[in-house]
Amino acid sequence: MSAATPQVRPEAVVVREVVEQPASLRQRVVGGAALVLTGAVTALGWGLGSGTGDATFAFGGGTAVRLPDLTVPGTLTPVVLGAVVVLLGLFQLARGFRARRGPLLVGVAVACFMVSFLCWAMSGGQAATVDVVALLRQTLFLATPLILGALAGVLGERSGVVNVAIEGQLLTGAFTAALVGSLAGSLGAGVVGGVLSGALVGWLLAVFAIRYRVNQVILGVVLNAAALGFTGWAYKALMQSDTARYNTPGVLQPLPVPVLSEIPVLGPLLFEGNVVVYLMYVLIVALQVVLFRTRWGLRTRAVGEHPKAAATLGVPVLGIRYVNVVVAGAIAGLGGAFLSVGTIGPFTENMSAGKGFIALAAVIFGRWTPRGAVAASLLFGFFAALQTLVGVLPYGSQVPASFLSALPYLATLFAVAGFVGRVKAPAASGEPYPA
Amino acid sequence: MSTEAPTKGVPPAGPAGPAPRRPARRGNLLVTVFAVVGAALVGAVLIAVGDAGTRAAAGYFFTYPWDTFSNAWYAVRDAYLALLEGALYSPDLSGKGALGPISETLVNATPLILGGLAVALAFRVGLFNIGGQGQVVLGAVFAAWLGFARDLPVVLHLLVALAGGLLGGVLWGGLIGWLKARTGAHEVITSIMLNYVALNLLNFLLSTRGFQRPPYGQAISEQVAPSARLPLLLGSPLRVHAGLLLALLAAVAVHWLFGRSRLGFRLRAVGANADAARTAGMSVGRLQITAMALSGGLAGLAGASQVLGVSGSVTGSVAGSIGFDAITVALLGRNNPYGVVAAGLLFGGLRAGGVQMQSATGVPVDLVGVLQALIVLFIAAPALVRAVFRLRAGGGGVGSELAGGWGR
Repeated sequence: MSAATPQVRPEAVVVREVVEQPASLRQRVVGGAALVLTGAVTALGWGLGSGTGDATFAFGGGTAVRLPDLTVPGTLTPVVLGAVVVLLGLFQLARGFRARRGPLLVGVAVACFMVSFLCWAMSGGQAATVDVVALLRQTLFLATPLILGALAGVLGERSGVVNVAIEGQLLTGAFTAALVGSLAGSLGAGVVGGVLSGALVGWLLAVFAIRYRVNQVILGVVLNAAALGFTGWAYKALMQSDTARYNTPGVLQPLPVPVLSEIPVLGPLLFEGNVVVYLMYVLIVALQVVLFRTRWGLRTRAVGEHPKAAATLGVPVLGIRYVNVVVAGAIAGLGGAFLSVGTIGPFTENMSAGKGFIALAAVIFGRWTPRGAVAASLLFGFFAALQTLVGVLPYGSQVPASFLSALPYLATLFAVAGFVGRVKAPAASGEPYPA
Repeated sequence: MSTEAPTKGVPPAGPAGPAPRRPARRGNLLVTVFAVVGAALVGAVLIAVGDAGTRAAAGYFFTYPWDTFSNAWYAVRDAYLALLEGALYSPDLSGKGALGPISETLVNATPLILGGLAVALAFRVGLFNIGGQGQVVLGAVFAAWLGFARDLPVVLHLLVALAGGLLGGVLWGGLIGWLKARTGAHEVITSIMLNYVALNLLNFLLSTRGFQRPPYGQAISEQVAPSARLPLLLGSPLRVHAGLLLALLAAVAVHWLFGRSRLGFRLRAVGANADAARTAGMSVGRLQITAMALSGGLAGLAGASQVLGVSGSVTGSVAGSIGFDAITVALLGRNNPYGVVAAGLLFGGLRAGGVQMQSATGVPVDLVGVLQALIVLFIAAPALVRAVFRLRAGGGGVGSELAGGWGR
């Protein structure tokens, strides 16, 4: 381009459209075939396999204004929804959606599949109702520790430190929150204690990963083992010796937001949580903004992608990593506090029970963004909530609970294997610096 | 990074520098010894803190500090003595029972050695097999099913069941390798996911006719036929079984594989530098699949040996924490087959002793988990141990053969 052209050429303005790529042929074929298959299963399996009954979706919650129940035919609905998914798949095969529409497509397919599944499960003769609000509330409830853990994972990995120790941070946070909460007689102190202990584990991770350059995945596994051993030991040696004194913290009470909690559906769903839940909302927004809209976030991402280049520009690589990993630990510690004082109160042995690993999966499933990690955590939470619900529906007992609980893991497997579009980690994640 | 300034003219020792073999190895041994000592010291502090008498004495520490120290000393001494008695030899036991502690140590060590070999094998090829848990489950399920559903002659039945366990692990591990080679999916993530899939599969099977034991009230599989059980080495009631021989055999086999065979050479080449191996014409993907399949097979054998040797049936907790403990065993053994055997014996002894410690002194067995993690943490960070104990610099830490990133 010659230097004499003062005006911006019109085609440069629409550069966003030009750059945006259609899905590759392989993605199109695989994705399209998967969609067609999902649609077919939805229509044939849930639709034609269903009983004669209707499916009723209620929108409960104790709000003054209540939405009416929605009753749909148990057979027709899955068939229609399945047909929609098949059509989407056929379009993907023939023309191809844009690559960035991938997550949306998957979301629509999953939603159709699940709604159809619920219709099928309810269609077994006697009238059955699914309270959508209760289901979603349970989803959010179960997803909260996952979301906080996944946010911690995102923050660490974006700065180039793999955090497999989320599990250990959750567990330590849960333990400390219960212990401090009991000793201080204050749940607030307990939550703060949980956050600080998570930060401590994060600091250990940072020191060993950054200063002593221990392989980060190994380090995470070892820290998990240490946290499991330590909390288990302290639970038996200390807490059980005097439960009333050491392990009776009480439970954080829900704090309904005055006006907002009266909104039908959304109110009971979002605005009747406890303080940890509201902190989580703040953290989700804050992290998304900080990572992608601030100088600190730019530096964090630079350090995670190409530390050498960042260092050349004067960014303190190790300092940024330290701060991010410690803050991430604190966030996971908050998730841990939710597990104990935010849910049932006292600590029990190994109460995180693998949630940290699920959070790690959510980080990857969510493509290393706070937004994606939250969505993935909610998906995992939904499946967990579904398991308990489906068991009581007429046809529900025909589906082994194990299948439902294995689904999120299988979905993550498919995601990392690139069957629904490539997920790409921050380039320097896990690499010690200087190399 | 270095704590002491290097002598003038001598380049600072680093992972890249060619270090003389023997001193580095001695340094490694020293680091290991100091890691164990350091972990034991931290453990002693925990025992003292957890001891009610010591805590009570600490309440009047400033009026009479000696009480605190003596109480702590006795608590620590009793706990560690009980640990040793549970792991090695107890003067209270006589006759055949005197071998009891050793037998328990060996029983605990067997799956750890097999699992540790599995993790170490993958490490040597630059892969991190964190999926031992799932592979153990699959191995246990396959072995148990062949053990109770088939009716075969005595020796053959055992061999078939063991082969089944091997196959289960090979499939589950090979799947991880295939996903990595074919799609580039990082093995750490896929194996964590497959762990959970395996666990759910197990839970499903344990509630399914044909696998669950009648009258279908409990989540436990049918009993393996006596013809498929691994024989007890020292006879009842000592639980040590022929799975130990299998583990030792596997260690020799892995040693042979890496030291003597062509496949092992290639595998090591991929582990040392995958790009160079590819340039030299090796099929890196195929070798990765092979490595994960072999690794999974070893873990599957660990599951099989638990079912056929110890429990005789499968429950939801058949895998325990073997898959994760195996990682620490491999790290402590520095990925050397015989080192893994030694590490497995050490951790097996800790496990066996921990049970005795809990029953004799009330110190929770979980302490052993802390000790185990600390030992490995210290070993993984040799710079830390060297700084604390002022040892000379040596090679890089364990696991330094793994570059670490997700993206590879």
